[in-house]
Amino acid sequence: MGNGVWTVEIIPAEIRPPARSVAGASGNRIRIGARRVDNGGDEADLVVGFNEQVLLGRLRSNELKPGCTILLEGLWRRHPDPKIAEAYRETVVRLAAAGYRVIEIPMERECRAVAAEARRGKNMFVLGMLCNLYSLELALARDQIAFIFGKKDAAVVAQNVRLLEAGHAWAEAHLDFKYRIPAVRATAPQVVVNGNTALALGILASGMEICAMYPITPATSASHYLSDVFAKVGGVVHQAEDEIAACAFAIGASYAGKCAVTITSGPGYSLKQEAIGLAVMGEIPLVVVNVQRGGPSTGQPTKVEQGDLLTAVFGSHGDAPKVVMAPCTIEDCFYSVITARKIAETFNMVVVVLSDASLATSQQPFPRPQFSEAWLAPPVDQSAVPEGMKPYDWDLASGLARRFVPGQPRGMHTLTGLAHDREGRVAYDPDLNEEGIHYRSLKLAALQRTLKPPPVFGDPEGDLLVVGWGSTKGAIEEAVGALRAEGHRVSSMHLRFLQPLPGGIKEIMQRFGRVMTVEGNWSDRAEDALVDESNRRYAALALLLRARYLVDVDCWSEVRGQPIKPGAVRRALAARLAGRAGERRK
Amino acid sequence: MTLSATECLLQLAEERHALEEYQSGVPRWCTGCGDHAILAAVQRLCRDEGLRPEKTVFVSGIGCSSRFPHYMRTYGFHGIHGRALPIAEGVRMARPDLTVFVNTGDGDCCSIGAAHWIHAVRYNMDITVFLHDNQIYGLTKMQASPTSPRGLKSNTTPRGAYLEALQPLTVTLGVQNVSFVAQAADWIPESLYEIVKAAYRHRGFSFVRIVQRCPEWLPKQWDPWLHDPKRILLLAHAQGLRPGPELARAYPNQIEHDPSNLDRAREIASDADLIPVGILYCNPDVPCYEDLQLGTRLRTVDYVRAGLEAELDKFTVWPQ
Ligand SMILES: Cc1ncc(C[n+]2csc(CCOP(=O)(O)OP(=O)(O)O)c2C)c(N)n1
Ligand code: SF4
Ligand SMILES: [Mg+2]
Repeated sequence: MGNGVWTVEIIPAEIRPPARSVAGASGNRIRIGARRVDNGGDEADLVVGFNEQVLLGRLRSNELKPGCTILLEGLWRRHPDPKIAEAYRETVVRLAAAGYRVIEIPMERECRAVAAEARRGKNMFVLGMLCNLYSLELALARDQIAFIFGKKDAAVVAQNVRLLEAGHAWAEAHLDFKYRIPAVRATAPQVVVNGNTALALGILASGMEICAMYPITPATSASHYLSDVFAKVGGVVHQAEDEIAACAFAIGASYAGKCAVTITSGPGYSLKQEAIGLAVMGEIPLVVVNVQRGGPSTGQPTKVEQGDLLTAVFGSHGDAPKVVMAPCTIEDCFYSVITARKIAETFNMVVVVLSDASLATSQQPFPRPQFSEAWLAPPVDQSAVPEGMKPYDWDLASGLARRFVPGQPRGMHTLTGLAHDREGRVAYDPDLNEEGIHYRSLKLAALQRTLKPPPVFGDPEGDLLVVGWGSTKGAIEEAVGALRAEGHRVSSMHLRFLQPLPGGIKEIMQRFGRVMTVEGNWSDRAEDALVDESNRRYAALALLLRARYLVDVDCWSEVRGQPIKPGAVRRALAARLAGRAGERRK
Repeated sequence: MTLSATECLLQLAEERHALEEYQSGVPRWCTGCGDHAILAAVQRLCRDEGLRPEKTVFVSGIGCSSRFPHYMRTYGFHGIHGRALPIAEGVRMARPDLTVFVNTGDGDCCSIGAAHWIHAVRYNMDITVFLHDNQIYGLTKMQASPTSPRGLKSNTTPRGAYLEALQPLTVTLGVQNVSFVAQAADWIPESLYEIVKAAYRHRGFSFVRIVQRCPEWLPKQWDPWLHDPKRILLLAHAQGLRPGPELARAYPNQIEHDPSNLDRAREIASDADLIPVGILYCNPDVPCYEDLQLGTRLRTVDYVRAGLEAELDKFTVWPQ
């Protein structure tokens, strides 16, 4: 499997954030280990800062391990602006007083010795230092530089290698410590991408040909990448005039026989609701990817939240049954699109794929997918429709009907968003209206029958079952694993299908004393004076589970705009276990 | 099953359908509604041009006029209010082998769908659009529309519409990439037919504003033009349409207008007093968005596979 790695991007919300500011910090958190790593972890052991201000945000969000080492660019100490020099000195004193080991390094000065553009080369210098500190092979880093800058001229590669080597040498000469993470050799090829690139690769692999979108963070990077490569396999990215148009465009393409995808985030997802209802009503296959961000309204565009689950499940007016899936790893982002396209076309349904800003920007290696022809969409059916067959010939048991595609002789009919009968004709009759709603709903039950119960992480029974969905899987399982190691009888279950919920979930929950969800959306705090059982707003999945299974599901959630950390989950679970350990549900 | 290339070619070889073969159901429009005449002209077009019903799609939004696809025995997509154009664009992009028409009302196109309208002109996809402009919201029972003239009394403007009407022709003629703009009146069937035909034959986004009577809500709206044929301005040109002798006799006010002259087209369109009928503008050289976007290579499994593998290669770490 190779070394485990998970990276988290730190993205400033503004396009030109003020320099040397807390909000302007951008960077990358890298968690690396000899074993598999499924989340970004809690606290850093080592931090590299190009200025002292960027550290303050990390400090505020408790991301620095007590006593951790900070490698800091030291040039600010003698900055001509006395205010800057003062702020720097003050912060360094404060950090040292708090117990951090601050090592000031003249990065820019050292870089200037080997490169003309010293400021831009600093990252390579740091990479060299880190290779030294983590005892990594410099040769591999050199190869990687050659790979990344290969398209540019040799001088660029040479300069970057010089910076790398300078950093390595400086660390060797001046730093007195090393980390050793045993190198684990990978035995099979692995793909290293973030979740949005994985989604885009999944779109390629699904055989879909058309992606209609309107730019919105954090979904856009998937479309950027797709725009670059889709044409190479005959695909089209259509940047529409707005999200409504993007959704309608995708629906038009799907209707015409080529299941299409539209990709967006929160506000755009809201705009698509009416069109999604049209696809539901017309039974047009459609894949809608929502890379969730903080809401409501413009909310926190670059930050993670799992706030759109209920909108995904219940969105669009009237009864609009649709499938809702949530990938929970980077690898899952790839495969979920392939599955979504298949379900959409098999059931003639809308399939919503809920990713989020955390998956979008995180990287984790996964085994290189082995292409399968079965992933691709079949060619558009242009055969004549059998005599007597109707456009909505709903199967009595499953609600499924064969879809007629333009070009098919004898299939002519007008698809309408109005209530319609089996012939596709507008229907005002009460029986006919109910018939259509009935069969569109039935398809969810038919799909549900094909789903396997989700696996349980840990023992199949115990005191506490933690249920999660989406990007929180790694953090939840790490927390549960740690508590289990301490002897707690806690397990977890992660749901990939949120609608329909697979069978067997109730039976799994019943084997535990208590059940709670851990989610990245809002839930009322029990300690608020006005909040009690009669008005408490539960986290989204907790609400769904309570409604479906009549089980007392509790929840813990946070909406801090950051990936939920294993330590936070662990503390929350420990508190619940301590509070009501051993108590059995009646 | 997909048809082999030869089968497709065989099917292309002359196939003719009678008028009835394009008709479906009994239109539910009011007696005297201009939509009847538009339907008749379009059905005649389909017959005369030999359009294959299974290869033809009528897309619409919501409104009286948007019921249109239900009365065609072709494929139809009766969508949602305002969104007919982006739906039709998706159909066209996915299936350039299909003939795509759009029927839309003045509310559908010029109000709720206005953003799509502007951008559809700019995309210039090969779609033929009929704007059924009755200057009122018909289906929802007589509210002012953006094209209602100032002072028009409606259920939402009982003291008369406050604003000047939006002019669909000048708006369309003002958008970059405009490639075909024409105007017809539902009560002049011969010219309506010729205009609809020219629009269909134009490759690109053909926009036809059809002045449409709504006797239900605005029975007298067009009387000044109906009673005074001189207020109809026939546009004639060798590169456009040449009205027949009967038409010219009935509508004596005729001018030569070269449809490649955009400035002149805008001038003619701005005249609020006359209803110009004919082709205002036509430029066959504007590229179609689908031609710019779509590749020409057949999308085989191997093609897709090779593309995917090449992308995966970019991100693969191979075992050392
Ligand atoms: C989102 C939405 N808003 C409002 C409506 C109600 N509605 C239906 S048709 C229509 C206006 C129709 O006017 P027009 O487009 O001019 O068509 P006409 O009936 O005059 O042919 C309205 C407002 C709707 N169906 N959907
Ligand atoms: S209300 Fe007006 S537009 Fe609608 S069908 Fe009747 S006449 Fe035609
Ligand atoms: Mg109208």
